[in-house]
Amino acid sequence: MSSPVLVSDTHHDVHTDHGHHEHHKQSFITKYIFSTDHKMVAKQFMLSALFFLLIGGALALLLRWQLAYPGEAVPLIGQFLPELIASDGVIQPGLFIQLTTMHASVMIFFVIIPLAVGLFGNLCIPLMIGTDDMALPFINLLSFWLYFLAGIVAAAGFFVQGGAGASGWTGYPPLSAIGGLGQTLWIVAVFLVGFSSILGGMNYVTTVLNKRAPGMKMFDMPLSVWAIFITSVLMVLGTPVLASAVSMLFFDNVLHTSFFMPDNLTVASPYANGMKHSGGGQPILFQHLFWFYSHPAVYIMILPLMGVVSDVLSTFSRKPIYGYKAMIFAIMAIAFLGFIVWGHHMFQSGMNPLLGTTFMLSTIVIAVPSAIKVFNWLGTIWRGSIRYTTANMMALGFIATFIIGGLSGVFMASAPVDIYIHDTYFIVAHIHYVLFGGSLFGIYAGIYYWFPKLFGKMLNEIWGRRHFFWTFIFFNLTFFPMHILGVGGHMRRIHDPNVYDFLKPFQPWNEFITIMAIILGFSQLILFGNIIYTWIWGPKAPKNPWNANTLEWHAPSPPPHGNFLAPVRVYRSPYEFSHPDRADDFHPQWLAPGEVEIEETTTVSETQNTH
Amino acid sequence: MSGLVLDHEPVSGIPHGKLAMWVFLASEIMFFTGFFASFIVLRNANIDLFTNSAQALNKWLALLNTIVLIGSSLTMALSVLAIEKGNKRNFQLYMTITILCAFTFLIVKYFEYTSKFSHHIYPWTDLFYSYYFLTTGFHGMHVIGGIIPMVWMLMRSFTKKGYHNHVRVEVLGLYWHFVDLVWIFLFPVLYLMFPTSYVPPIH
Repeated sequence: MSSPVLVSDTHHDVHTDHGHHEHHKQSFITKYIFSTDHKMVAKQFMLSALFFLLIGGALALLLRWQLAYPGEAVPLIGQFLPELIASDGVIQPGLFIQLTTMHASVMIFFVIIPLAVGLFGNLCIPLMIGTDDMALPFINLLSFWLYFLAGIVAAAGFFVQGGAGASGWTGYPPLSAIGGLGQTLWIVAVFLVGFSSILGGMNYVTTVLNKRAPGMKMFDMPLSVWAIFITSVLMVLGTPVLASAVSMLFFDNVLHTSFFMPDNLTVASPYANGMKHSGGGQPILFQHLFWFYSHPAVYIMILPLMGVVSDVLSTFSRKPIYGYKAMIFAIMAIAFLGFIVWGHHMFQSGMNPLLGTTFMLSTIVIAVPSAIKVFNWLGTIWRGSIRYTTANMMALGFIATFIIGGLSGVFMASAPVDIYIHDTYFIVAHIHYVLFGGSLFGIYAGIYYWFPKLFGKMLNEIWGRRHFFWTFIFFNLTFFPMHILGVGGHMRRIHDPNVYDFLKPFQPWNEFITIMAIILGFSQLILFGNIIYTWIWGPKAPKNPWNANTLEWHAPSPPPHGNFLAPVRVYRSPYEFSHPDRADDFHPQWLAPGEVEIEETTTVSETQNTH
Repeated sequence: MSGLVLDHEPVSGIPHGKLAMWVFLASEIMFFTGFFASFIVLRNANIDLFTNSAQALNKWLALLNTIVLIGSSLTMALSVLAIEKGNKRNFQLYMTITILCAFTFLIVKYFEYTSKFSHHIYPWTDLFYSYYFLTTGFHGMHVIGGIIPMVWMLMRSFTKKGYHNHVRVEVLGLYWHFVDLVWIFLFPVLYLMFPTSYVPPIH
């Protein structure tokens, strides 16, 4: 058993180590651009995904404008839109479907998944399991740059003839099999970003299994690490199926094969000129393959954040997480069930009713582990001494919106109800409640919680709280009315609702939603302002600003190359808050029994000494 | 920069690269599972087309390729054994044979492809050939992806420093056996699947 390491000891180590590692000086390129350091990769994922968040949000506001004021020119930026797709600044149907497609694709593949697993996976895993870096640092670098390349390929679609991919983010054939160059670029981008996911997932699984600090058993890992670990398994097993589906779609597009092209299909697309499809393919086959990945993908997008929210809630309620093992088994159950429910996206595609019923039942069963998690979170905050930090408010916001999103999910799990609300705004409301209200709030919670560790600066709490309130209020005002539109039969992905008489009474709702969406969109700029301000002028973060227990708070803020100043050893589970026998209300994992942590101030001066 | 390099043994007892390769192979299995699942669906919907078109494939060339590839798996395993024992000469010998087998496989495949093209059979000709070119194409890319590190390791072993990273050779071996295994599934699926009652058309 190695001797426990006190902070004062490590102070000495820093100086001796300093000269020794002098020759490791990295150039600008290896340090900031092609870095293999997991923290730099996490920062790269975070900043590029936040940039894509701006793009995806802008696309959403453009299409919201068209829905609220069909046929009116887009103010301010309308004149800059190309004449072909937006004559006199009015969004044409062709552009509109590109906007919906690219909004969803960007948000799912380039914002939520990279933030949920790219940012938190890279940031949390090595720090929380007490190791120096990922198991395969070079694969990590490759994973980020594949993602970045995919982002460029996807965005390039807007600048080619015919515009970007325009068959919805689901890319159903035959429409997606006869697209132009933009559609092909979309397929290539999805393939590349999928490959990036697989490499990332493989790295996370290996790191968690192989690089845990001495003393850390699997059931000593924080829930964030558990959630990301299980998510990685989903990515590794699910994403390749999407890759094989889009490979076939790529063949259909480029080589004019007929994997997904049925017999006797008449195509009016300008791109179909001279295409001679042999036919005989199965369009619905693509839907099966696509949802075999994309249903687990919605859990890829939410499970890591469930872990993050658990850690945040436990820390700021100053209470152990309620039902630690139940939480882990619930995540496992959700992940497993995620693979056997994909058919519920296809109740309308033509399916044996018996099979539909099977999918319906397996889908409804997911409510059980989800409810276990929600009740455990409530049990965690119940009678806790709750600190209303921004991170905690975001986490509470996550629970509130996730409950609404989860309940509307049970509606569409039920086949008879789903047949009525299929492809309406009810679905749009549901996915935004789980992906924006769930995932993005969880991501914000994680960003506010770990920003001090990642960048060494404390984000502004006052502006953080303003960001939360504006986002939470206008999020609900934007997306809750969509339930009403959906039940009224308002279809998704339609260019102009006013062409349908029965949708005309909903026009005031559409206008209201758009105005709220614009405010929601602009209130996200608070976060960007906060990050930029903090980065330059923010106060330095102490080593453990939240008095949390997990290992990342043992490393200096920001952690140096190699993360910890001395090897760490784990002595207890991650959620030992408010133990009655202790003076402090927390008991960190790295403290040996009987050892006392030296105050934060020494740590701050220590980080300064290293420069 | 104070760098801490934690060099303790892998917790699971399996080297990082090897564990990651197993995870990656699980992913690869799912990738080809997508294709094989599609095969079941597409073939059942077009049973006549699939049985007829499959007859035009040269199953003897494919059998040759199967033998070549299984042989290369054997020599790959022997070269892993050789490098673990530090037998440099045997490692070089077996690795060279493996590379030659891999190239033989690709050359035979090249002749199969060109003979199809010369008969005006292309990926878009019919669904069976779409599937044939798709799966053999992806498999061929996996073969190339195996050849590159093999050649690199072999060339390194001829340098003065030599090549001693036996874990990497073993990891590459795992990958190579997987590539072999995919072919063992593709061979019967593409070349040998027709009903026993099938009577070949008289030309």
